[in-house]
Amino acid sequence: MLTREAVIVNESGFHIRPAQLFTEQAAKFTSKISIAVKGTNTVADGKSILGLMTLGLAKGSEIVISAEGADEQEAIDALAELVQSGFGEA
Amino acid sequence: MKETKITGLGVSEGVRIGRAFVYRPIRVEDAEERRTDDPAGEALRLREAKERCLKDLEELVAHTAATLGEDKAVILKGQMSMLNDPSLYPPMEQLIESEGWSAETAVRRIVIQTAGLFESMASEYMRERASDVRDLGSRLLLHLRAREGARLSDIREEAILVADDLSPSDTVQLDKRRVLGIVTRIGGKTSHTAILAGSLGIPAVLGAGSGIDAIHSGDTLAVDGGTGDVVVHPDAGTMREYGDKMARQEEAKRRQEAFANREAVTVDGFRAEIGANIGTPQEAEGLIGIGAEGIGLYRTEFLFMSRSSMPDEDTQFRAYRSAAEAMQGRPVVIRTLDIGGDKELPYLDAEPEANPFLGYRAIRLCLGQQELLATQLRAILRASAYGNVKIMFPMISGLQEWRQAKAICEEAREALRRENVPHADKVEVGMMVEIPSAALQADRFAREVDFFSIGTNDLVQYTLAVDRMNERVADLYDYFHPAVLRLIKQVIDASNRHGKWTGMCGSMAGDPMAAPLLVGLGLHEWSMAAPSVPKIKEAISRLNAEACSALAERVLDMDTPQDVRRELKAFLAGIGGSLQS
Repeated sequence: MLTREAVIVNESGFHIRPAQLFTEQAAKFTSKISIAVKGTNTVADGKSILGLMTLGLAKGSEIVISAEGADEQEAIDALAELVQSGFGEA
Repeated sequence: MKETKITGLGVSEGVRIGRAFVYRPIRVEDAEERRTDDPAGEALRLREAKERCLKDLEELVAHTAATLGEDKAVILKGQMSMLNDPSLYPPMEQLIESEGWSAETAVRRIVIQTAGLFESMASEYMRERASDVRDLGSRLLLHLRAREGARLSDIREEAILVADDLSPSDTVQLDKRRVLGIVTRIGGKTSHTAILAGSLGIPAVLGAGSGIDAIHSGDTLAVDGGTGDVVVHPDAGTMREYGDKMARQEEAKRRQEAFANREAVTVDGFRAEIGANIGTPQEAEGLIGIGAEGIGLYRTEFLFMSRSSMPDEDTQFRAYRSAAEAMQGRPVVIRTLDIGGDKELPYLDAEPEANPFLGYRAIRLCLGQQELLATQLRAILRASAYGNVKIMFPMISGLQEWRQAKAICEEAREALRRENVPHADKVEVGMMVEIPSAALQADRFAREVDFFSIGTNDLVQYTLAVDRMNERVADLYDYFHPAVLRLIKQVIDASNRHGKWTGMCGSMAGDPMAAPLLVGLGLHEWSMAAPSVPKIKEAISRLNAEACSALAERVLDMDTPQDVRRELKAFLAGIGGSLQS
């Protein structure tokens, strides 16, 4: 399993558009993806838009992305980059 | 089919013939709780409903992406993802298969539970997502129960919308290119539906009562938003009659549209500024195209009324900024919250009052709950960095109120400066003149304000002591009453003496018959329901300002509103002006 830390940089946090883009991207990989709020036990399935949105992530939130499976390296690279890019809106 | 006629209140002018689209949303709370003997059958029903729902959404996504853009489409894609979500659909299946509940019960329970997760979140944006989940639930229920009526966003062809009532969130979703007209069971002249229909230029008949039960989706309707008549299955004669009315209106509209992109200047060079009133930032889109030179009144209360909790600073800021940006540097006058009276907020507990129009409303309420006003002013000032924004306080009755409100505004500005938050260096701050005491002291106010805007609807009501909703006295309600005209003159004269400007944002501003009088009094700015803009520009372009001044002088000296109307009609007939809309 691989993990990577990231910070939410886009203004409106993990609202519906970013959550949709994230789950779309996550669904392209066979690995199991999850997102944890750093320093807590709160974890959501990275392929569940409802799960991601109910994490309540805002700008500045620190998260830990994990990927486990055959394509975990590609998955974690792509997803971390998507988050850091601010989903093309920040 | 035999022709039948029903009648309601005509609240937004215009004649239309079209097919009915009956809108009856199914709320998740209304779904029945029921056990089933056939869990496998219920699970299949749910799966089929889900598949149909996904197919519908897919079409809607493609359609929305093509017409409204990718950004709007992604929200609908989000609904598709929610429907496929491991935490939404599988728990529904489980309720059916292991606990023996019906498909409707499963949808109801899981949707309410999931919406509840969002409703308990701190971020307001996320709390609003609860409505996306509920929306999805309604879609599923619709597919489970083959019942007439669909989602508002499913109107794909031009249609006349028929509904019991429209909520503020329904009305902002209206696609004005497809909604030819609106017919509702309940609603009055001052309801948000009436105001929005007027500003979007959609003919509307409200309060048509149980008559609408006879209307089914696909029926042909002929609607007259002026008289309040709705004809179901019109016969050939009626079709001809309504067709002729439509043709006459189209012709007048084409004639007026020629004035949209010209300035309103009288033949002798008096220049009037013509703006539009709006209630939501969406209405600002397209205003420049119809010739509006600004927004003379942005009623912010709709932003507060269309929700279950107070909008926070960022939500307000986004709305104000989007209106400011849409107008590309043209003035946008944002009026602070005008609530109370007949407009209530569910999340502000208002005590019932014997005389709500003389009670705790508008600026009085805002000065009593200063946090609320301070937040709104911060949001408006932040939006001022993105356009030509002005601030206006409603219902000012005395200088002490004005000074208090102005001080809160200054504090907000100072705070933004300290925090280095972008805002314009200079933002004009003015007030509504809608209470006679403010008009009578206009000379004092004029020293301190940047501008006045005369709200004729309330000014007439307070000056003449007439409740215009009360049919027994409604005929006394007349903005051509000489007493009202004298007050208007005082306000304009006071602003001129102090180098300030005066606008008017009540319904008098949109009346072509009042135009010569207002030009004669020297009004600077007119603001009205958007569809009237070309009409008033045309009316003013025909006038001679000098003749109008003489006219104003004559009518101010008259005895009754009837005398004034006679004089105005004679004046307009004399210059060959038409009074038709």
